[in-house]
Amino acid sequence: MTAHIGTATSRVDGRAKVTGAAKYAAEFTAPDLAFGVVVSATIPKGRIVSIDAGRACAVEGVIDVLTHANRIRMADKDEAYRDEVAPEDGAPYRPLYDDRVHFNFQPVALVVAEDEDTARFAATLVDIRYHTEEFATDLHARREQAFKVDKPVKPRGDATKALSGASVRHDADYGVPIEYHNPMELYGSTVLWREGGKLVVYDKTQGVQNVQRYVCGVFELKEGDVQVMSPFVGGAFGSGLRPQYQVVLAAMAALKLKRAVRVVLSRAQMYGLCYRPATIERLALGAREDGTLAALTHEAIAMTSQHEAFSRNDIGWGEVLYASANSRATHRLAKLDVPTPGDMRAPGAASGVYGLECAMDELAVALKMDPLALRLRCYSDRDQDKDLPFSSKRLKECYQQGADAFGWSKRSPKPRSMRDGRELVGWGMASGAWEAMQMPFATRIVMTANGHVEVASATSDIGTGTYTIMAQVAAEMLGVPLDSITVKLGDSTLPKAPVEGGSWTAASISHAIVNAADDIRAELLKIAFTMQDSPLQGLSAEEVTLADGAVMAIADRSRSVPMADIMRHGGMDRIEKERGSEFENDDQHAHNTHSAIFAEVKVDEELGVIRVTRIVSAVAAGRILNTKTAASQIMGGVVMGVGMALHEEATIDHRFGRIMNANVAEYHMPVNADIHDIRVIFVDEEDRIINKMGIKGVGEIGIVGVPAAIANAVYHATGKRVRDLPITLDKLLG
Amino acid sequence: MNNFDYVRACDVAEAVKMKAATPHAKFIAGGTNLIDLMKYHVEQPRRLIDISRLPLTAVEETSAGGVRIGALVPNSTLAYHSLIESRYPLLASAILAGASAQLRNMASTGGNLLQRTRCAYFYDVATPCNKRTPGAGCSATGGLNRNHAILGASADCIATHPSDMCVALAALNATVQVTGAQGERAIPFADFHRLPGDRPDLDNTLRADEIILAVVLPPQGFAANHSYLKLRDRLSYAFALVSVAAALELDGGRIGEARLALGGVAHKPWRNEAAENALRGQAPGHEAFGRAADILLKDAKHVAHNAFKVPLARRAIIRTLTQAASGTPQIQSIKTIR
Ligand SMILES: Cc1cc2nc3c(=O)[nH]c(=O)nc-3n(C[C@H](O)[C@H](O)[C@H](O)COP(=O)(O)OP(=O)(O)OC[C@H]3O[C@@H](n4cnc5c(N)ncnc54)[C@H](O)[C@@H]3O)c2cc1C
Ligand code: SF4
Repeated sequence: MTAHIGTATSRVDGRAKVTGAAKYAAEFTAPDLAFGVVVSATIPKGRIVSIDAGRACAVEGVIDVLTHANRIRMADKDEAYRDEVAPEDGAPYRPLYDDRVHFNFQPVALVVAEDEDTARFAATLVDIRYHTEEFATDLHARREQAFKVDKPVKPRGDATKALSGASVRHDADYGVPIEYHNPMELYGSTVLWREGGKLVVYDKTQGVQNVQRYVCGVFELKEGDVQVMSPFVGGAFGSGLRPQYQVVLAAMAALKLKRAVRVVLSRAQMYGLCYRPATIERLALGAREDGTLAALTHEAIAMTSQHEAFSRNDIGWGEVLYASANSRATHRLAKLDVPTPGDMRAPGAASGVYGLECAMDELAVALKMDPLALRLRCYSDRDQDKDLPFSSKRLKECYQQGADAFGWSKRSPKPRSMRDGRELVGWGMASGAWEAMQMPFATRIVMTANGHVEVASATSDIGTGTYTIMAQVAAEMLGVPLDSITVKLGDSTLPKAPVEGGSWTAASISHAIVNAADDIRAELLKIAFTMQDSPLQGLSAEEVTLADGAVMAIADRSRSVPMADIMRHGGMDRIEKERGSEFENDDQHAHNTHSAIFAEVKVDEELGVIRVTRIVSAVAAGRILNTKTAASQIMGGVVMGVGMALHEEATIDHRFGRIMNANVAEYHMPVNADIHDIRVIFVDEEDRIINKMGIKGVGEIGIVGVPAAIANAVYHATGKRVRDLPITLDKLLG
Repeated sequence: MNNFDYVRACDVAEAVKMKAATPHAKFIAGGTNLIDLMKYHVEQPRRLIDISRLPLTAVEETSAGGVRIGALVPNSTLAYHSLIESRYPLLASAILAGASAQLRNMASTGGNLLQRTRCAYFYDVATPCNKRTPGAGCSATGGLNRNHAILGASADCIATHPSDMCVALAALNATVQVTGAQGERAIPFADFHRLPGDRPDLDNTLRADEIILAVVLPPQGFAANHSYLKLRDRLSYAFALVSVAAALELDGGRIGEARLALGGVAHKPWRNEAAENALRGQAPGHEAFGRAADILLKDAKHVAHNAFKVPLARRAIIRTLTQAASGTPQIQSIKTIR
């Protein structure tokens, strides 16, 4: 039997991707395809006074200019716009709905033409007049007006008192700026119009069924009238969880013009979509002389839009990581005239743990303790807030294996005490945590008599490797080779799946596949055991296995019947089974993934130039389905963490309420030269509680803790503590 | 992008004629800057005159012992050309510090000289900018100006010139050969780019009807003692916050000829005669280098977000001169600063 689960399997869609055979949303076409180009608002708040599209319409090849004034009918209830990921509170933004401008770069018109260049040119001729209203885009200026939002984390004990009585205290603000996902693929939708007003939508999204319901809701269409497909996604990192406005505009144009329409955003327009909100993470820690925590308080102040209250769990990660007798955590939101923030890789945790883990480092300095020793001193076997044990938490092993691989024991504790030639060397570490979630997913498996297997679900693969792990799990469960398996996903007509987010897809889809495969196996065995002259006669279901395309006796592999023969015997062309992932509701444990990150930086002291020369990330995330794609996820998370630490920041000119570096030349992300040695370690973690297969998911944990480990290393190298990200060289000068 | 038509020039004379005949026409070489600006509606030429196939691609020795670089020599070809690598390694190094390999393959020598500032307001037509629209106001002065000038700025514009290559060319005392309706002329590098003054819309002294033919390097290349150091917000593929080109002639433990040019600090590659004079005759070392830096930065003025550039420039000058003096120039592919 060939093992598939747990191996380093290359992507099954890799060849299609590198050869260009894989088609993305904006690559689908139709004979009657028209092209829409978005005109974006240039003010952050106000009203559209007039739109003069005369000159644009006069350009040969222009078909129409859609605006709020001439749009087709759209739903008028907020409910229709509230997709599966929308914040509960607030009124979702309605693209091209009325004359209100809620944020800069908001779409205000769509120019549709016979070809893309004409549309792009004509879009420059649309003359829009605005009435600008007073606006605010600066979180720091609105900090005092931030209001408290309900979060599940409950206060424990009396943190204020414990803090004031603590022998060692640390209290500081840590700043995370606005960050953008910047996936390589631009947001785009191609909408085909079918007779009777039905739509086939190719969209860049992390959830085809979410978009399908949304488009039906917005345009009041029947469920069967809209099919949404997204077979390949060129990165999303959370930006594609909610339907983005280009799909509304493309669908609106298709419905109005009764023809196919494609809309692709420009890179600059991508900065009018969602983003990681800027936050101020205020941490206060109080400890006894021995390092044990007496108090832990975390107050997060984050930005949101005027129209929706978006927030995630920045706070509460201390409850997962550390024991503290007293704790308090609050989350506040400041409303600004900006688009609603959204999920970006490890939303909440990436920012919150940055603050927490820098604060722990500063506490270690104050206590004159080794930062790793402090983490171990404060280690918690229980989720403090839920007061529950973990289904598994091999974080101690992460610390140990990470520290060994890194050589942490050789660290000289004093800042500025390690050098390599001219450069100061700094070693820093941090812990990471993320949730291990699972959701109801459904899968359909079809096995055909020629040995082919199709596995299908409406989930998506945003580059994470979902195609591959689906094939691996099916191959292993059904005993067929990987290349006999076709995976279908990213189609709203396939069995039900939620958006691909939260790192829940691998665990969820795997269990659905196992369940469906079990049903297929049962069907095969039923016939196999009753076949005349079957070499399997007399065996029970437990005594046989599916392998090499056959059902065979575990004890004697020569006793086997090819599945094709079984199906022929049963007179079946195909066996089709659809099943869901069925998870028991475990309220007796906390479910998390954990990590320990060790970072080495080298800093040119005089010039402030920082190089991140080594990162070791040791991760405990249950059973790893594919060591290759999983390691790539962690590595990608580390790279993104380097960006968060040193490079990424969307800069707003608050006088214009406008992002001034809305392009990838000036919004810096790490380039090859910024990335050196990254070592990923998966700590063995058998979790028999969380789910049958012990899977947790790895899409997000990789970034958590990385910015803190780097910031702590920079402090260790230089003796300078920079708390506001990104740590650019100017902040180290002087 | 606006609508434009496109013509291709067969020879230089035709290119010049075409340019003179059409107002709002633009030459296009590699297109790496012009097309970006057109996409942002900053440049809206009615006509593009493609000069990319003109025979201006030679790198050849001049009778005076220097090297003449055709205006259409790609940046990458130039950086790896044996004459440049061996005799003008400062120039090779500065080119390799800029942009990315793909861009350098497309970018031409002439286009590099004429690339426009990266000031964010200049690029965003939704905000006022004197350089784009004279008289509209300068958004950077009271706005985001971390990348802006500390030397030679004016009340109307505080933008910087973004080129790395030009910093080396300034240090090497290159001349720019151009031709136009009124015939050929040679512009000393120091006079090619201008300070913003009250005409920030004018980046340089090239006339509207003129085309760049070549850049000519004088014989002295400072191959033994030079360095180009670029400081930026990531380790590659970002414009300079501050960059320094240093070239020294060392003569029995004393500095002879000295050149010092800075990028990222002004509307043009910045040189200061007094600072260079202060180096001549001195023993190379921290003290002399610091003095030169102080002279060069004496009139430095910062705005809200770029104060750091003053000490950064000082340290960078000292470091680059140290690298140059010790014959250990910064190597662009190695990110450790020597
Ligand atoms: C993302 C990005 C990063 C970059 N990073 C850097 C960097 O770090 N350092 C750096 O130095 N540069 C950098 N560059 C700029 C790059 O070096 C320039 O864009 C390039 O040198 C321009 O050359 P080109 O031939 O493409 O010019 P084009 O775009 O073709 O032309 C630019 C201008 O020059 C004019 N022109 C061109 N040739 C002639 C001629 N012979 N005579 C008269 N006029 C002419 C054109 O009309 C146009 O106005 C970067 C560019 C980009 C896009
Ligand atoms: S600095 Fe110059 S380029 Fe920038 S906004 Fe001011 S005038 Fe325009």
